[in-house]
Amino acid sequence: MSNDKKLPDIGTEQDPKVKKQKAKAYEEYAKQFTPKPKYAANGLKAFVVGGLICCGAFAVQNWLMDFMKLEEKEAGTWVTVLLVCLAQLLTGLGWFDSLAKFAGAGCIVPITGFANAMVSPAIEYKAEGPVLGVGAKLFSVAGPVLVCGITASVIAGIIQVFR
Amino acid sequence: MEYINVFITGGAICLIGQILLDTTKLTAPRILVIFVVSGAVLQVLGWYEPLVEFGKSGATVPLPGFGYSLAKGAMEEVSKKGLLGILTGGLTATAAGIGAAIGFGYIVALIFSPKSIR
Repeated sequence: MSNDKKLPDIGTEQDPKVKKQKAKAYEEYAKQFTPKPKYAANGLKAFVVGGLICCGAFAVQNWLMDFMKLEEKEAGTWVTVLLVCLAQLLTGLGWFDSLAKFAGAGCIVPITGFANAMVSPAIEYKAEGPVLGVGAKLFSVAGPVLVCGITASVIAGIIQVFR
Repeated sequence: MEYINVFITGGAICLIGQILLDTTKLTAPRILVIFVVSGAVLQVLGWYEPLVEFGKSGATVPLPGFGYSLAKGAMEEVSKKGLLGILTGGLTATAAGIGAAIGFGYIVALIFSPKSIR
């Protein structure tokens, strides 16, 4: 171990002031060994994977509009449904975690992350039964998201009334 | 080229998420909530619509797009059908996605078993 990584010696008194100082010194000492997240690499991976997922969604939407003659809104809805189902299937197969490990927010922030967050805990708690295990845990992350999102939409509606 | 706008917009939103993950102590579920609510707030302020026009799927596929759809649905329904739209608008606009997520998700969760972490 190099010299500059030694825990500084501040004495052994029980004085709370010294104790606090010591805790702070230890925090700094421990910080030297905590691996820093690779900000640049993680950010780049998230940017590229997230961008690719959106481009894929856009391509499918265009295809639906051109060949299936769907309207833009309808095609967009179908794309959302397909992305959700695909992400949930990949979660079930156990492949989504590998992707998330690589891409981080790149596949968590798109709607795929929401779909994954529903299925993943539901599978984990399968042992507790199909109702209170799978049924309840399906909403352990989706619940808060839907509650906050729908509340926000209700508030948006109320604001719209007064516009 | 539209695809470049889509890529940049979607990538940038995910990059913000990654920065939040790496530099703050926020966990993934909190980040999901923050993104959905901020999408709704931006839509109410009228700032998300231009982003959707520019970035298309790049703005609608990430979670702020979900919040945007919820808020936009409520606002449109209020204009069209009046007060009841406050309650029905958001869910009506996002019903297909939520329905798929719950129905298909439940089936998938019942079929597959937990995998050990590799």
